Amino acid sequence: MAAVRVEELLAAAEEQEAEKQRSIAVHKELELEFDLGNLLALDRNPPAAAGLRGAGPRREALLRALARDNTQLLVTQLWALPAERAGSAAGPLVAQLPEPAFRLPREKPPPRPRPPTRWEQFARLKGIRRRKRTSLVWDEQAKEWRRRWGYRRAGGDPARAWVAEVPAGADPDEDQFAKRRREKRERVARNELNRLRNLARAHRAPGAAAAPAAPLHPTGHQSRAELGRAARVARLSTASLGRFQPRLPKEPAEPPPCGGGRKRRFAPLLGDLAAERSRQLELLRGMSSKKPPLDITRAVNKQLREEDAEAAAAKGKKRAQRGKRGRRQQQRPGRSGKKSSSKQSGGKRQQRPASGGKRKKA
Amino acid sequence: MRPLTEAETRALFEKLGKYIGENIQLLVDRPDGTYCFRLHRDRVYYVSEKLLKVATSIPRDSLVALGTCFGKFTKTQKFRLNVTALDFLAPYAKYKVWVKPGSEQSFLYGNHVLKSGLGRITENTAQYQGVVVYSMADIPLGFGVAAKSTQDCRKVDPMAIVVFHQADVGEYVRSEDTLT
Repeated sequence: MAAVRVEELLAAAEEQEAEKQRSIAVHKELELEFDLGNLLALDRNPPAAAGLRGAGPRREALLRALARDNTQLLVTQLWALPAERAGSAAGPLVAQLPEPAFRLPREKPPPRPRPPTRWEQFARLKGIRRRKRTSLVWDEQAKEWRRRWGYRRAGGDPARAWVAEVPAGADPDEDQFAKRRREKRERVARNELNRLRNLARAHRAPGAAAAPAAPLHPTGHQSRAELGRAARVARLSTASLGRFQPRLPKEPAEPPPCGGGRKRRFAPLLGDLAAERSRQLELLRGMSSKKPPLDITRAVNKQLREEDAEAAAAKGKKRAQRGKRGRRQQQRPGRSGKKSSSKQSGGKRQQRPASGGKRKKA
Repeated sequence: MRPLTEAETRALFEKLGKYIGENIQLLVDRPDGTYCFRLHRDRVYYVSEKLLKVATSIPRDSLVALGTCFGKFTKTQKFRLNVTALDFLAPYAKYKVWVKPGSEQSFLYGNHVLKSGLGRITENTAQYQGVVVYSMADIPLGFGVAAKSTQDCRKVDPMAIVVFHQADVGEYVRSEDTLT
């Protein structure tokens, strides 16, 4: 009787020992994949299909056991990491997690693409592709690279030309300059109308109507405050919560505090006075040593003005030398082509880039 | 009452710098004790540490002023100097204007300094440079802005304005109740 009891006891003890072992040693067919930076473990072992079928306490228990085992494996991995005591020797043990490897998906759906404009639809239908053109082109007259379009464009701005050709068969009394201006105005108005039409069509499109987040979604009329709020939300809606978001060109360094959900914070009244003093001295040093900041726009404008003035002076001299005849030649475009083109100086062209057809020929 | 923020400090120093240049350092870093700038009801006070500690025990509503008022911030966050700052501007002023005894009174009534009342002026004063105005007996009377550079001052006619008035000690009488 006593022997039986001893065996029983031994068996019970063994069982207990095994139970203890089980609590930390987990056997898996396939090793788990760990991403300790995210505290993530991926179990690729197929679950026991029979136990999971149907609801009930058995399935619940199986899932629980599986979760426990996998958590045990994860914790075992965590213990293998280098760790140190936080603070003093009696502080809690803190493990240093490696960099997370698993890329978490972003919280929000990707932004909806802008619906194509009428022209884009048409171009796709006809198979018209955008040709890439350089923004700078060589200006033969000015002998330098100029923009293809816009201010100081190559070949001169036709809107600022001081001479306009009367086309053959046109009414000689008609003001060609006024006609050009009117046409330009009409083109601008038509473009604006088309833009608004495109906007309206995009707004009416079925995809746009079902868009979520109505208050932040662009609507026809958004006030300044609404736009600001939308911009603030958009700024923070990145994986880094806006920490690595580059600033927009004219965005202030410190976003305006109003409505941002942050209270104003000031330094303590009786804080570190020595530190305050050194900060102020530092500020003073920065203010006194600072050179006046170079305003690129102003500098460029100044340079242009100087060039123009120089060119005007040079031209005045040349005019005085050439006399009346040279001036007349210059005003008559298209006739005296190559003869006078060599006389032209560079600076004048910058001021009035499109002074007739003569330049284009040269 | 609170310390100035960075932007406020910058505004203050830029304004002070127009009158005393880099001598602001001497105000910030003083050998005879710790002095600091504190903001109280939009006014900037120049206070010694000792006084500051004493003033902390007074409730904000009851505290009228402390130390020396240098000026105030407008509601658009611009800084305006008060005449009370004159005691600290005068010893360090870089550009000075001396007023003849005859036109002293006119200046102290809040008028600009005319060429006819100009006694002396620091050499190479630029136009719109902040200047401190003295009587011929070297008593600081106020401060203002040079309307003309020193060279131009020689040419202009006697009734032309030479220094724009900004503050003068007459304000102690004229606007007694708003000066704190």
